[in-house]
Amino acid sequence: MISKKALVGAGLLASMLMMSSSALAQTVGFSQIGSESGWRAAETTLTLQQAKERGIDLKFADAQQKQENQIKALRSFIAQGVDAILIAPVVATGWDSVLEEAKEAEIPVILLDRMVDSSDDLYLTAVGSDLVHEGSVAGQWLVDELGGKDCNVVELQGTTGSSPAIDRKNGFEQAIEGHANIKLIRSQTGDFTRTKGKEVMESFLKAEDGGKNICALYAHNDDMAVGAIQAIKEAGLKPGEDILVVSIDAVPDIFQAMAAGEANATVELTPNMAGPAFDALAAYMKDGTMPPKFIQTESKLYTQADDPQAVYEQKKDLGY
Amino acid sequence: MTGLKLFSRRILPQLVTLAVVVGLISIMFPGFFEISIANGRLYGSPIDILNRGAPVALLAIGMTLVIATGGIDLSVGAVMAICGAMAAWGITEGYGLGLTLLMALAAGLACGLWNGLLVAVLGIQPIVATLILMVAGRGIAQLITEGAILTFNHEGLIFFGSGSLFTIPTPIIIAIVTGALVTLIVRRSALGMLIEAIGINLRASTLAGVNTRVLLIAVYMASGLCAALAGVIAAADIRGADANNAGLWLELDAILAVVIGGTSLLGGRFSLIASLIGALIIQAVNTGILLSGFPPEFNLIIKAGIILIILVLQSPTIRTMVIFLSPAPVSQADTEKQAVNQ
Repeated sequence: MISKKALVGAGLLASMLMMSSSALAQTVGFSQIGSESGWRAAETTLTLQQAKERGIDLKFADAQQKQENQIKALRSFIAQGVDAILIAPVVATGWDSVLEEAKEAEIPVILLDRMVDSSDDLYLTAVGSDLVHEGSVAGQWLVDELGGKDCNVVELQGTTGSSPAIDRKNGFEQAIEGHANIKLIRSQTGDFTRTKGKEVMESFLKAEDGGKNICALYAHNDDMAVGAIQAIKEAGLKPGEDILVVSIDAVPDIFQAMAAGEANATVELTPNMAGPAFDALAAYMKDGTMPPKFIQTESKLYTQADDPQAVYEQKKDLGY
Repeated sequence: MTGLKLFSRRILPQLVTLAVVVGLISIMFPGFFEISIANGRLYGSPIDILNRGAPVALLAIGMTLVIATGGIDLSVGAVMAICGAMAAWGITEGYGLGLTLLMALAAGLACGLWNGLLVAVLGIQPIVATLILMVAGRGIAQLITEGAILTFNHEGLIFFGSGSLFTIPTPIIIAIVTGALVTLIVRRSALGMLIEAIGINLRASTLAGVNTRVLLIAVYMASGLCAALAGVIAAADIRGADANNAGLWLELDAILAVVIGGTSLLGGRFSLIASLIGALIIQAVNTGILLSGFPPEFNLIIKAGIILIILVLQSPTIRTMVIFLSPAPVSQADTEKQAVNQ
């Protein structure tokens, strides 16, 4: 408790100091969920980078996975009179009153990565990825790569019932629909982890004739794919050749696997949500252009042809 | 001879359960028993069960000793994460394999010492004392890995996860050797009996001259050491330390393995071998579900259903009922006759 107060206090002090030093620069408050995953750490790094590039004075508040901290941070941003607020909301509900306060103070709020259940006139816009689209980009890659060849696909799902798992599964199924050559023969959850990805892939390989019956693996995230690649290797097969591997997220480790020829493609869930947010904000500040209520980030496909080693070098220091 | 008979009667229910679970899987998946050699190591579903079951089996060894003293160790999953992180950190910092392993095992012992001190010296209830490290442990592991999955490519360390000795995967060997060593130590000396004495009556054992404080601490340290071994295996298996997910919820699987093995949570008599078979039963169920091809939504329900059946069959009430309802209680009549004759 004490440390939390001390942190908030230190944050306030730091932000007050920063405010006095750069009176001309636009100030934006950013309330981040916390450091729940490598991806989120990269999102924070990129947001700070983007703000620096644009000369924006970014006030950063880490909520340590607690909504009350985010509400506190938002109120303190409002009290400081920032020009805009970015928030990655930890949960979807309970934001109405604090968003109304921001509206009354005429401070535009932009949601990053996650949505809220409040009415959409309470925020300027939301920037995020379309998870269904990610799945269909992965599926489309497989359709194009096969070019009509018969292929049995096994799927490693994310945590059962989680929205990324449901959406990425739907998207993939939409993309392979109508292609009779592609069959989804097995689908199991790997809980988004390497350990489970490896264990489940081991059982897939045994269940499908030592893997001879499997032509491709679709994993809902890269970590499961990395685990599965090890299982494939230990079974004496060549991942990337005997079994094609496509996954989603584009974390640095999958680029190493791609550089080694062991993974074929990954769809990026870009951690750069702040870039489009700042662009929309700049247009809104300049002449009042209202951005659409949802700005979809690009779900970029990376394959072995995209110089994976270079992408790895680029990404490895982002804090993934 | 009678000792052997008693022993086989002790582990018979667990062996039958394991046989039934494996039998069910082989009906659903006929290729289950096929074992071949791939990349110089045994390869097949039964090997998967042994290999994947090794971490829980290791945890169950330590957990059996702790539970026999009437305690419980909820922190083993988090200790796995800490020790895995320690191993990954040590090897990436270039400390060499020997020192790295030593650090990882020392971290496990230190965690056990902490638990032991809380329980034995401060007298905190074991479930509360070990809950502290269960919650804090992942944070400690995250501090070591700095929040990311710390990957490594050191062949020596990877050997402990996916290597093999005489075609047998290393985790299996580690689990078997640890199980055999601990059994020898506690059963060839008075240690096992003293542990059971603590579990049955702590105060009476103290009054009888058993150094219960030291023994309790030692038991928790043994549990920490087992968790450290499991943590190194888990990290070596995926060539990286995942502070968030390594050993997640495995403490519950370990407790379940001990319970299926027939050791009472109230402490007292214990059987390490039965706990190890319990761990195999749990992993057989897990692997069976994966092989069956059911949609993942059913995983937990199927697992819970099977465990429920196993525990119901083991319940004393059901057993008495079965004996009571069986048509010809011959054995009971015989023993009575013998008693009369004597």
